[in-house]
Amino acid sequence: MSQQAFEPKLVGFLCNWCSYTGADLAGTARMTYAPNLRIIRVMCSGRVDPQFVLKAFQEGADGVLISGCHPGDCHYQEGNYKALRRHRLLSKMLEQFGIEKERFRLEWVSAAEGAKFQKVCNEFTEQIRKLGPLSWNGGKKNE
Amino acid sequence: MIHLTIDGKKLEVEEGTTILQAAEKADIHIPTLCFHPLLEPYASCRVCIVEVEHQGKKELLTSCNTLVREGMVVETASERVLRARKLNVEMLLARAPAAEPVKKIAQELGIEKPRFEIKDPQEKCILCGLCVRACEEVVGANAISFINRGQEREVAPPFGEPSEACIGCTACAFFCPTGAITYEDLYGRQVIHEELNLGPATAIRVPIRQAVPMVPFIDEDACIHFKTGNCQLCVKVCEKEAINHDMKEEEIEIEVGSIILASGFKPFDARRIPAYGYGRFPNVITALEFERLVNASGPTGGKILLANGQEPKAVGIIHCVGSRDENYNEYCSRVCCMYSLKFAHLIREKTEADIYDFYIDMRCFGKGYEEFYHRLLHEGTKFIRGRVSEITDIPLTPEEEGKLIIRVEDTLVGTVRRIPVDMVILATGLEPSLDHNEIAHIFNISCSQDTFFLERHPKLAPVSTFSDGIFLAGTCQSPKDIPDTVAQAGAAASEALALADKGTFELEPITAEIDEKLCAGCQICVSLCPFNAITYNKEKHISEVNDALCKGCGTCVSACPSGAAQQKHFRDLQIMAEIEGLFID
Repeated sequence: MSQQAFEPKLVGFLCNWCSYTGADLAGTARMTYAPNLRIIRVMCSGRVDPQFVLKAFQEGADGVLISGCHPGDCHYQEGNYKALRRHRLLSKMLEQFGIEKERFRLEWVSAAEGAKFQKVCNEFTEQIRKLGPLSWNGGKKNE
Repeated sequence: MIHLTIDGKKLEVEEGTTILQAAEKADIHIPTLCFHPLLEPYASCRVCIVEVEHQGKKELLTSCNTLVREGMVVETASERVLRARKLNVEMLLARAPAAEPVKKIAQELGIEKPRFEIKDPQEKCILCGLCVRACEEVVGANAISFINRGQEREVAPPFGEPSEACIGCTACAFFCPTGAITYEDLYGRQVIHEELNLGPATAIRVPIRQAVPMVPFIDEDACIHFKTGNCQLCVKVCEKEAINHDMKEEEIEIEVGSIILASGFKPFDARRIPAYGYGRFPNVITALEFERLVNASGPTGGKILLANGQEPKAVGIIHCVGSRDENYNEYCSRVCCMYSLKFAHLIREKTEADIYDFYIDMRCFGKGYEEFYHRLLHEGTKFIRGRVSEITDIPLTPEEEGKLIIRVEDTLVGTVRRIPVDMVILATGLEPSLDHNEIAHIFNISCSQDTFFLERHPKLAPVSTFSDGIFLAGTCQSPKDIPDTVAQAGAAASEALALADKGTFELEPITAEIDEKLCAGCQICVSLCPFNAITYNKEKHISEVNDALCKGCGTCVSACPSGAAQQKHFRDLQIMAEIEGLFID
């Protein structure tokens, strides 16, 4: 597979109230952005279990995005802070696994920020495109 | 009780009453200049003199400070009284020929010209001392007093310098019967701006004429009582004894099931566009100021006047001030086009002025609005399409002398024009109210890109918010006109009523649950739950979820080390399967 043809596969966990609505806005506003991000809706960014991220990488994701409400705006008061803490810890762990920390991203996108969602998608896709595909066997032994 | 006779009328009054008060009771008018019912009598004007016969002695006394006595016979207009009163008034008139109340009494007494020398034809002060007494008795500031003697006598602060004791309450001007004391100089404001800026207003007032409830309040910052501890005149005059200066602001907590937010807007501050000169040119006014000016209960009684009191010959109305402008707000404020057209119509009705409307696009979106625009077109309002770049008072031609010149590119003609006018009205747009962000934070409401509150769904839930039980009405959600606001408010009210009427409300079926068999009782979830929905059951050694309190965020689920906590519809297995599904090619 040549470098040119590489299309990153990205998984995004978006909170229902801000980022998912923001992505919806980007859609209804007919903004064009990279189609590489596949979205999984969760009620809150605090719902994102670190296992989901590992599972995504294991299944073949080249990058994972968690996106929630801006600090202070969480619909559940403080779920996004919990996501922030988990992101810090998990990033360190991923590095130990040999996964570049750039592949795991946390962003705050409010329901009004369709344009920001578009920007984040494009940026993240370009970043991962430069990094190249992730060759990780999910901790399994090479067979 | 004391019995006396005034002008032949037999009266019975309480002891301690003055002759003036007794006469007033009997509907007998005694003229006076220095008396005020709220102040101690001073008897300086000597106009209220009457002839009193008591115990066989006849004498002339001032009625304002002479107490009634048993068997008194009072004549208020005998020949002797009139002669003496005339002389006194003549002296007053010679001293203060410009004082209207003196002129009026002089006319009543048939005085055409005083026989004494007039020192200053502009003089208004009659040295009645009402101002001095007001400052002393009512205000308690003692900032002014009489100085000098005889012909040189006058009212002044100590050494004629502005006094530090003066609290600027203007009570002296209020009590002055002749208008000798003015306070306009203190404020130095333009007449038309006065009322809107709430400049000189009384300390006890109704906030606005349409206030609900229609009850006056005391402005603590302006009230003399809160400055000096004195005054309380309002308490004295209020017959219903409704005024109480000891009342304190109180916060009341009310438990409610739903809340409708209608926190409104604030007008765009026109000072932010320096090129339009608002604040520099007195005849550049905002839409709200014009609204006040043209109001029949406004400062000019509804007359459209310039700051100098003259009628304008040409008026410019500038649309989209602060709206549809990348430098300020990108959104359209919606109401400005139509109120600008209304202004143009009102100016046409009330004056002969030429009217120029500077617009970008005419947005006449509502019922009957387009028809109104057409009416204005036929009325002769001149519509110029283009954004005004500048308002200046520097003339280039003789016609522009003394005018405000509006510089604008007329995009329909394709040239830059300079249009001289007398008055400019800035159609300022709408912005969220001052405490908008604070409210958003309290109620956990998102704001859209234009910073107005965000509704749950633009089409399907336009009055709901992402917070259950919180509804939106009016301009806090987006700029809108009155019909739209009323419609939205009605919708919000019925949404709130629907919740109250049902008595129950539906929960999203996405709450968390804890599997008894798997739970190890570690209580991590208990400390994480932001809604205190999880409690630890000491008997069973497990944690339990309260379905009514759980909002379904799933924070506990992602932290549960044993996998006992699961969120309905967002189970770990379900999300894992979703992830797997993403990679099936």
